[in-house]
Amino acid sequence: MIRQPQQQLFRFNGGVTPEYHKDQSTRVPIGVPPAPTELVIPLHQSIGGTPRPIVSVGERVLCGQRIGEADGDVSAAVHASTSGTVVAIEMRQLPHPSGLSSLCVVLQADGHNDWIACSAFDYEQATAQEIRDYLRDSGVVGLGGAVFPSHLKLNAGHQIGIDTLIINGAECEPYITCDDMLMRERATEIVRGVALMRRVLNAKAVCIGIEDNKPQAIAAMQTAVSESKEDFAVTTVPTRYPAGGAKQLIRVITGIEVPHGRRSVEYGVQCFNVATALAIYQAIALGRPLISRIVTVAGNVSNARNFEVLIGTLMKDIVALCDPLADTDRVIMGGPMMGVELASQDVPVVKATNCILLGSQKIFPPAPPEMPCIRCGECAIACPADLQPLELYWFARAKLFGKAQEYHLFDCIECGCCSYVCPSNIPLVDYYRFAKSEIWAREKEKALADEARERFEFRQFRDEREEHEKVARLAARAAAAAEAKAQSAADLAAASAGGDSGGDDATKALIAAALERARQQGGEIAPKNTGHVSAEQLAEIAQIESRRAEIREQAKPQLPPDS
Amino acid sequence: MLEAILVMSLGAVVLGAALGYAAVKFRVEGDPLVEKIDAILPQTQCGQCSYPGCKPYATAIARGEAEINQCPPGGEEGIRKLADLLGREFKPLSAEHGVEKPKAVAVIDEQTCIGCTLCIQACPVDAIVGAAKQMHTIIADQCTGCELCLPPCPVDCITMEVLHETVDTWKWKYPVFPLHPAQVQS
Repeated sequence: MIRQPQQQLFRFNGGVTPEYHKDQSTRVPIGVPPAPTELVIPLHQSIGGTPRPIVSVGERVLCGQRIGEADGDVSAAVHASTSGTVVAIEMRQLPHPSGLSSLCVVLQADGHNDWIACSAFDYEQATAQEIRDYLRDSGVVGLGGAVFPSHLKLNAGHQIGIDTLIINGAECEPYITCDDMLMRERATEIVRGVALMRRVLNAKAVCIGIEDNKPQAIAAMQTAVSESKEDFAVTTVPTRYPAGGAKQLIRVITGIEVPHGRRSVEYGVQCFNVATALAIYQAIALGRPLISRIVTVAGNVSNARNFEVLIGTLMKDIVALCDPLADTDRVIMGGPMMGVELASQDVPVVKATNCILLGSQKIFPPAPPEMPCIRCGECAIACPADLQPLELYWFARAKLFGKAQEYHLFDCIECGCCSYVCPSNIPLVDYYRFAKSEIWAREKEKALADEARERFEFRQFRDEREEHEKVARLAARAAAAAEAKAQSAADLAAASAGGDSGGDDATKALIAAALERARQQGGEIAPKNTGHVSAEQLAEIAQIESRRAEIREQAKPQLPPDS
Repeated sequence: MLEAILVMSLGAVVLGAALGYAAVKFRVEGDPLVEKIDAILPQTQCGQCSYPGCKPYATAIARGEAEINQCPPGGEEGIRKLADLLGREFKPLSAEHGVEKPKAVAVIDEQTCIGCTLCIQACPVDAIVGAAKQMHTIIADQCTGCELCLPPCPVDCITMEVLHETVDTWKWKYPVFPLHPAQVQS
């Protein structure tokens, strides 16, 4: 084995060293759970728009068949994880802290696991746009936990040009070992995936960063790299939580500190997870979309293990394979530092599920009551993002969201180091999450209000314009009428001067005839509802009628002489 | 003496000229206060404040003609923001202008719609599409929930549907801790 010289490393500020508990789940190789009979595949699994279902209930689908179409560019497609029949497209509970439901495709597996026809994608002949669309339609997203669509990252890197491609195998969070086991067992495929990514990105150098508490993974990756004849560096980084954060790993390996509001790609660095590299290899070289992922089951179980789980398998089915202990009282998706507690195990495994962590009062004792912040500054020392957690805490607590943003709340990666070291047991990250989601909601509301204002103002403008147009139209018509009148008067004058008025006379005769007819008819019409009235009333009616006739007679001279 | 007068009057002339220039150069178009108030109002354009839209209400507040507690969609938070901005005292929402309701959107029952276009004319934000004798429908994303389309509908086919929380609109809650009464040993 060729030992590459260890390059110079840098360090990020802060961080903590919790107990890792990683040996729990690395004793046995990655397992394959028995084929599930029912799969619940959520359509919304990545950051961005919710894919639209493109299958219908009752339809037979093949393994790897696209069942959800990406909604716009910031989105990724969703595929059937096995062959079977779509039995429902309905709202099912998601593995989300809210416990809310979202649209899922429910698949009844037929047990055959028939694949769609897969063929390698010729990425060397394809344009950047084609590669991007292909990866989007293969459903490749970042498998480190953020589930950001990979095609966008590759595309951004392709456009700007990359100096260093960093492959993140640090996996710093306690209990989680899915990337570790993946590197141990599938190093060759990962390296092939990295080579593909490098060619797509045109990256000058590639660096695979692995924490030094994973010697077997490091050895496996080094062997795979030397066998592949690629010049990738396998860099051992010191174990310190959160070295696996993208910005932290970039800083450790390249020394570049990505400033607030900028992206690493602007500094020629792009970072991908090892599992994402494997997914890209499978999508491009094998033509297989992302339908499974490695999931660690650990915590309060007697047989912690990693499994290659089909997306859509219910968590409880996977958990049952690991013999959970009787005192299990909660399930966490992700690790103990950043994971989110789920309402139940009756939810599907999604692309973001790197770990199913079972908890009990014994291994995760309830947090002691929150005490006042004493401004000791421990959190600021521990913060790997170089923020002032205590200030952010005060602002989030007081709901001063503007101030929290001024203190760069959105640079917080929610790693949990501040809560971990806080001597007053303040759940700081909960406050930041609250503040962030509140700010997002307000921004969304603001954008909607601005749109409503714009539409309202446009409507008013349009009403005004229509009013003006109407006035103008009426004025034009009045002017035209006046002109026509003047014209006809002139014509009349000319005609009477000429002594020929036959046309006018004919019209006048017609009008006179029509009036005469109307008069006769009017005389004939008698009211029909006078049958039952008394003689007195009839006399009264006759009186009124005669008065009316009188008035009509009086009014006659006022009518134009023509009629 | 004369010198002093000259110096002072020269100063006055120079400063006056500078002020006059600044008044022309930095002239503010429109009333910035109205814009600020309008930015706080929810832009529902519902008219519940008794003004024909949010901007007219903002103008009325800026002139001191209207109270700050006449906007039910803005709710208590809106009143607090207005009170902060204007330095006025907070007042609870005025009952005669309505009550705060959860955000809702109008939905047309497409089976019942007769295509009369009355709701289209009533919608302040042009969020209803349709044509005469054709079925109408509401663009849910652009509906502000103002309810102005409800009264004109001759067949009462428009209903308001409350927007429920989804995974996309869910928010982390403010951290709270359950307080348990201490166990007193007897």
